[in-house]
Amino acid sequence: MDEKKSFLKHLEAWVDGEEVILDADKYISTRTKKEKRSWRHHFTIQYVKENKKLYGILSIGISVLFIAIMLSVVNSLPEYGNAHNPANNEVMERYLESGIEETGAINFVAGMILDYRAFDTFGESNVLFLAVMCVVLLLKKDKNNYSEQEEQEIQEDDYFDTNEKHPILQIGAKLITPLVILYGIYVILNGHLSPGGGFSGGTIIGAGLILYASAYGQKKMQSFFTFRTFTKICVSGLLTYCACKSYSFFTGANHVGYEIPKGIAGNILSSGFILPLNICVGLIVACTMYGFYALFTKGDI
Amino acid sequence: MSTGIQIILLLFLIACAIGVSFTENLFVAVIIFMGYSSIMAVIWLFLESPDLAITEAAVGAGVDSVLFFLTLKKVHILKGTREG
Amino acid sequence: MNHLGTNFYEAVSVILFGIGFMNLLLQNNLIKKFIGLNIMDTAVYLFLAAQGYIFGRVAPILTDGVIDASYYVNPIPAGLVLTGIVVSVSVTAFSLALVQRLYKHYGSLNMDEIMQLSREEEGE
Repeated sequence: MDEKKSFLKHLEAWVDGEEVILDADKYISTRTKKEKRSWRHHFTIQYVKENKKLYGILSIGISVLFIAIMLSVVNSLPEYGNAHNPANNEVMERYLESGIEETGAINFVAGMILDYRAFDTFGESNVLFLAVMCVVLLLKKDKNNYSEQEEQEIQEDDYFDTNEKHPILQIGAKLITPLVILYGIYVILNGHLSPGGGFSGGTIIGAGLILYASAYGQKKMQSFFTFRTFTKICVSGLLTYCACKSYSFFTGANHVGYEIPKGIAGNILSSGFILPLNICVGLIVACTMYGFYALFTKGDI
Repeated sequence: MSTGIQIILLLFLIACAIGVSFTENLFVAVIIFMGYSSIMAVIWLFLESPDLAITEAAVGAGVDSVLFFLTLKKVHILKGTREG
Repeated sequence: MNHLGTNFYEAVSVILFGIGFMNLLLQNNLIKKFIGLNIMDTAVYLFLAAQGYIFGRVAPILTDGVIDASYYVNPIPAGLVLTGIVVSVSVTAFSLALVQRLYKHYGSLNMDEIMQLSREEEGE
């Protein structure tokens, strides 16, 4: 009570423009030294991690604060679906209006990611290849990455795969796998004409291979798809992509001539290098997806 | 009408995302995530980008969940395989 | 400026991002953490794709021979997101491979247990 009164007194004095501390001499002589509170000491990561409750409250608080801030940002964003938003600028007009003339692809997205931004896609294919190589490093079975228990489990799985009949799965896989792979090939080859392209088609083919492998076991798969085939297909796909695109950039940038004929837009054999690039990307993605599956199950492709 | 369907789908997305955090069973969590990806594929169609719809349906609902299931099997969580 | 009602796609994507982030911070199980990471990914893609949508226009594939920028939606976010989805798969596969190796070494998926075991291992 007393403190509050003195605080009001101080405030009054401060508002009136008088000296800030009343009875300054007395205050200085009687004041006790302020204890320095070190927040650093209280809030080390160790301390926060050990106090589950504090950690939970802090993380929920941060997330809710983030959501609130971002909602207020969304509140003042331009209206959804409006044609005059800043996102819909002259770049989009250029892609849409002269896209067919310059790339020859009816699907503007395919023309964009495989012609205007082909290096981007090249980098992305490399990311996929790197990811599967990292998984090979981590999970491939060898001297250092070997445990008896796991070996036994894999042998048991093999036993079940070969000796146990799964008639529904096997007959279903036999019927469906060709259709799935055929559809994947259709999606890849029509990448410049209809929705789809290398990424989606490759994933569909990979899913077909996974279905076949899970129905008939890895042994049967290894009769036509080994680690050698895997690396060969991936590396040759990446190299072909690189060669095609460097040729196209070289001739296009320097006006050397020998440009690739664009063909009539809408035909299957049109749009320059987009079709072969789609095939390259599709092969890489299909191999990568199957490679993930094989490494995750048996530790070997 | 169309806006109503979109809002319902978006609410379903939020429900799935919250459901993943509150399920104890990892198998159920992965299946909820699979449903989340499938609904996402439908939403791409509403946003007029069929390329994304195909890719998300093949990747998110197909390969991603297969990878999650294989990991669950490897770490002995799936019931009916080997426990512990 | 009051567009929260019309910008519902962006609002939902922001909320999804927050939920995924909360999952990433609060879950102790590594697999749930990675599901949260995937939810964050898709939230960002949803935000990007919603920025490119325009009312009353069709998908960016030539229809009826119309070559006109005011007939199609914006193709740029679609291209960006297409790149992102495939990268997110490779990130997921890589992180799950790491999870398998961790389980092989420590025999647990719980983040706290793994931290404790690794600390004990270092102390020896």
